[in-house]
Amino acid sequence: APDPLITEVQPWASGLGEGVDATPYGLPIKYEDDVVRRNVDWLTADTISSINFTPIHALDGTITPQGCAFERHHSGAIELRKEDYRLMINGLVDTPLVFTYADLERFPREIHTYFLECAANTGMEWAGAQLNGAQFTHGMIHNMEYSGVPLRTLLEEAGLDTAGDLSDKWIYVEGADASSNGRSIPMEKALDDVLVAFKANGEALRKEHGYPVRLVVPGWEGNMWVKWLRRIEVTDQPIESREETSKYTDTLADGISRKWTWVMDAKSVITSPSPQMPITHGAGPLVITGMAWSGRGAITRVDVSLDGGMTWQPARLGKAGDSKALTRFYLDIDWDGSEMLIQSRATDETGYVQPTKDALREVRGENSIYHNNCIQTWHVKENGEAENVEVS
Amino acid sequence: GPFGLGREALPEEVAAWNLDIAPDGTGLPEGSGTAEDGEMLFSESCAACHGEFAEGVGRWPVLAGGFGTLDRMDPVKTVGSYWPYLSTVYDYVRRSMPFGAAQTMSDDDVYALTAYILYSNSIMEYDEVLSNETFSEIEMPNADGFIVDNREEAEAHFWKDEPCMENCKDAPVEITMRATILDVTPEETAAEEAAASEEAAAEDTAAEAPAEETEVAMAEPDPALVEEGEGVFRKCKACHKVGEGARNGTGPALNGIVGHPAGAVEGFRYSNAMQDAAADGLVWTPEELGAFLAKPRDYMRGTKMSFVGLRDEEEIKAVIAYLSTFE
Repeated sequence: APDPLITEVQPWASGLGEGVDATPYGLPIKYEDDVVRRNVDWLTADTISSINFTPIHALDGTITPQGCAFERHHSGAIELRKEDYRLMINGLVDTPLVFTYADLERFPREIHTYFLECAANTGMEWAGAQLNGAQFTHGMIHNMEYSGVPLRTLLEEAGLDTAGDLSDKWIYVEGADASSNGRSIPMEKALDDVLVAFKANGEALRKEHGYPVRLVVPGWEGNMWVKWLRRIEVTDQPIESREETSKYTDTLADGISRKWTWVMDAKSVITSPSPQMPITHGAGPLVITGMAWSGRGAITRVDVSLDGGMTWQPARLGKAGDSKALTRFYLDIDWDGSEMLIQSRATDETGYVQPTKDALREVRGENSIYHNNCIQTWHVKENGEAENVEVS
Repeated sequence: GPFGLGREALPEEVAAWNLDIAPDGTGLPEGSGTAEDGEMLFSESCAACHGEFAEGVGRWPVLAGGFGTLDRMDPVKTVGSYWPYLSTVYDYVRRSMPFGAAQTMSDDDVYALTAYILYSNSIMEYDEVLSNETFSEIEMPNADGFIVDNREEAEAHFWKDEPCMENCKDAPVEITMRATILDVTPEETAAEEAAASEEAAAEDTAAEAPAEETEVAMAEPDPALVEEGEGVFRKCKACHKVGEGARNGTGPALNGIVGHPAGAVEGFRYSNAMQDAAADGLVWTPEELGAFLAKPRDYMRGTKMSFVGLRDEEEIKAVIAYLSTFE
């Protein structure tokens, strides 16, 4: 029968839509109102010191819109005006300096796109398949284009001799919020690619991501990307703050813990189909898509398995991978409507291949909490529904 | 510098922000305290989340105990069992605690609280003095429990020339675990959430119906008692808000709670236990509320409220008087 959506004149084809300025700063159309951050309320005691998850299952491309990029606060998201913002550089520099926000905008700027992944992403899955959705298993990640000033530039402004021997020097960075969330970073990284950023995806940072200024520490765990950045101290030793001793350390099966596990290893996940994104169209052409990233460099290859890891085929990268940024991959198949155990496996430019969960557990046990970059399995059923499973 | 931007930081500005303390004690302020000094402070400012004996409340951090658990499933990581440096305790408490009132403690208070936490872990004696002088004498039990990231050696086999593409497993693949069996995933769609909140709203109405008859007439509370109650309420504040604009947090907002039906604060997701009690017509009379606050988990098995309870009868009376002033 003819489709009335075509044969009958629809209201939107006859009447008028909304005028300009109806929403001076727009939100997504109401039909997309399920594409939002969500938290898992049993994970933490309170939403003030907590985390939520990016709806990665519903996104495509590589850039994460700020409005749905996950949040992680230790003492809540503060409101700090640009006018009240101060950044101090002190410690082992010639002249301790204070910058205003306006000062920062006068230094030569760079733009770079990087992923930020919380070290605890996928942490709930160490002991077994637990949360049923890519948003919850892999959503502590976002990927944005940052504008900012290289940290090296600011350190040189304070008189740090970056040509000298700084191999035993560190920086200690902290935020202006009550948690301060201080972290120590070796000088080599600080001078390499760390940015002091004030714009993301072209506009001001959001409050929840550290407005007006945050640190960007490419490829390293998200906790080090200090928000509401207020101080950078040059030191001759790591401070060993709460966030780098009692947290963000990885306990192995024998009770010994790794510290300074800063780099995020290569990882990937299929975002659709997935538990929140069932196949609704039945057999036939099917786009399998997901994202891959590595803190060690660019993603060079992603393979996809439809049979739980017995056989693999190369996926197509949406575009060539950028270093320390999300890469989108696709596998376009003709689905026959039978069950699948779908997995993705990333390889980065250093030759690191994303391991299976069993391979990770063999080295680390099940108590590490952080840095779980295992291969994820979704069981896609004949009716198109998908479930988070573990396989032999 | 090359750009001539920024200005020199003044010594008092550096002093105000440069608070971090290194493992070797660099940055420690002068001062001292004992566990004995710290006990009351801890009870007033820390115990609501961390428990009277630093044993932790609900999902808030456990600060004491856990020795010998690091090589077991679900290790208990506390200051005593896990933290390698004492400097971290002092540094963190001074800068970031108590939760919601950071940087309100004197340096001596922080020494006393640090001493109390160490005492709770049997690392210091009750009357032993912790100061910037004695700091370096304390040995942390797990000081040798850490190694520097060794992934590039220990996990060298994850770097491969060519990933496996065919016959990558020895036996046919089988599902060994399913997430849906646990059923711990939050509801997924906005539609489902809306339906759930409508349902909850319907339940609220049901619970409110008998309430009008049973609402309790309240006498004006004693102002001194109310003031005392405001102090006691500090133990509740991390989870419960009162006053104008109070919103639900970890616990429901408590405006008008005294004399009103249980489980009826709009928009709060109560435990099944509280919903059942509400359906049975429980009303928060001062007597019922008092019994609940004395031992929440004994009073109502399965309540989400993780607070251990108020031991002192006077404190219970005071906090109820305080709460009764909010409509």
